[in-house]
Amino acid sequence: MRITDADKSSYKNVWIIAETAGGEIRPVTYELIGAARGLADARGSIVAAVVIGAEPDASLFAYGADQAVVVNGSEFVGFNDELEAAALNHLIEKYKPEIVLCAATARGRALIPRVAVQTVSGLTADCTGLAIDPQTGDLLQTRPAFGGNIMATIRTSNHRPQMATVRPNVMKALAPDPSRTGGIVRERLPDGAAPNAKRVIETVRGGETGVNLADAKTIVSGGRAMKGPEGFEMLKRLADKLGGVVGASRAAVDAGWIAYPHQVGQTGQTVQTSLYIACGISGQIQHLVGMQSCGCVVAIDKNPDTPMMKLADIAVTGDLFEIVPALTRALG
Amino acid sequence: MKIVVCVKQVPGTSDAKIDPDTKRIIREGIKSIMNPFDLYAVEEAVLLRERFGGEVIAVSMGPERASAVIREALSIGADRGALLSDRAFGGSDTWATSYALARAVDTIGGVDLVICGKQAVDGDTAQVGPGIAAHLGFSQAAYAARVVDVSKNSITVQRMNEDGYDVCELSLPAVVTVVKGINQPRVPSLRGVIAARAADVPVWKPADINADVSRIGLDASPTRVVRTAPPEPRAGRTERVEGSPGECAARLIELLNARELIQGVHSSCG
Repeated sequence: MRITDADKSSYKNVWIIAETAGGEIRPVTYELIGAARGLADARGSIVAAVVIGAEPDASLFAYGADQAVVVNGSEFVGFNDELEAAALNHLIEKYKPEIVLCAATARGRALIPRVAVQTVSGLTADCTGLAIDPQTGDLLQTRPAFGGNIMATIRTSNHRPQMATVRPNVMKALAPDPSRTGGIVRERLPDGAAPNAKRVIETVRGGETGVNLADAKTIVSGGRAMKGPEGFEMLKRLADKLGGVVGASRAAVDAGWIAYPHQVGQTGQTVQTSLYIACGISGQIQHLVGMQSCGCVVAIDKNPDTPMMKLADIAVTGDLFEIVPALTRALG
Repeated sequence: MKIVVCVKQVPGTSDAKIDPDTKRIIREGIKSIMNPFDLYAVEEAVLLRERFGGEVIAVSMGPERASAVIREALSIGADRGALLSDRAFGGSDTWATSYALARAVDTIGGVDLVICGKQAVDGDTAQVGPGIAAHLGFSQAAYAARVVDVSKNSITVQRMNEDGYDVCELSLPAVVTVVKGINQPRVPSLRGVIAARAADVPVWKPADINADVSRIGLDASPTRVVRTAPPEPRAGRTERVEGSPGECAARLIELLNARELIQGVHSSCG
């Protein structure tokens, strides 16, 4: 909604949209609550976790939410953008939140633009920093653009709510406090709210497309030097030991050694994991822009002078076909 | 099947420079390309037309030289195109951009399907596809990796997500955004390139698409870039590790343990 300064005070509280899959709350939800908690404290308002098409549980409160707002019913089958957007539009119109945060995941990035358009709100994608401007009370939203080559700070001065999606693994979840509790507000999807809603026929978890690069804490990634699909099986064994997933450069994907969902970089996924282990990836700019914001970068390569080896926090010079198995064994 | 495919011209390099006054990207002097994901969108639209008949219309918004990406779409097999170009569109954020593109789809009329790339590599927002669907009241599917089925009134697609995928059926009209890997974009034929070069690409102004000028451009955009800066350089210097494979592994585990990246794991050979 376009607003004047006088209208601003009628918008209150920080909402996060809980991310669920198969009825379970996904961990990025707690990161959203952690980010929202700081913003709400700065605004003197509360944090509400909005749960659509699933049931809330006590963990939302333990991690810092004050309230859960729930819309659920038999009509919610799978991830249904149109129905969930309709539910959110209804809630936003009724309760007028000041800020709405959502995970920058496949679901969040599909759902929330629909809501932002329908509620005439400003939406900033993939934020890595959120702060309250002490002068105006506006949300300052910082995000990478051009594959991380530029950080842009964005403000939504004349529209409410202020909406943002937040990158997984960037914001910190608070330590859970099981003694915290909160209230639950239940609402219903208005009748006929989404007449053209899709029908989700089948939901499959795992499988070849199920590589979870966005949520991963650790990625073990391989490039052209992996020589073939067997090389990626070796990386998978290391990734399994580290509780991580396998990534790849475009060269390896184009060679057909590993499927596209694993691709990191400009035409793949942009990732921001705590640990990124690049094996035999020289570090073309198109790859670097997809991973240069990771917390700790380890490079393993025969050539000590590649761009990746120079960018890395830890650069291991040697034959990755010996070092990776040695590392896997050493991890027990 | 009448299909609109949305394409965007983006800088062909990641070394983007920012104008310190306007805080917008300096596009002059940088080679421009079609957004890589849009190639898959165009290919998918052409594949669907080849199977089911109909028409593919490529639409873009941008400066006049963005007609190059329309011509590229024509060379791949789009039947016609149009470019939204006017000062009034300038500075549009994703809300205003998706409004303008939605107006174009509405003006074309009778559109069954809008296909977009999953996101543009300059802004990386992935918001315009779902935004177009929202403005038009169409159903939507983002991150489509496969078109499973098409009927007179519906399209069924496989959508990727972090956990795996789902299969969903959308009633038409709908908006679908596609990922790389949904197809293998063809190389345009020489004849196609020559024909595209000679083709007429109409330029549409706000009035041509019945756009409300209070909903386009910088002033209509809810979000405003207030500051741009280079990212913080990666802190610290590179720690070099060399030696036998066993020594490298042990040292690496030690370093990762010190950073609490593999808590609870102890090197068995360090």
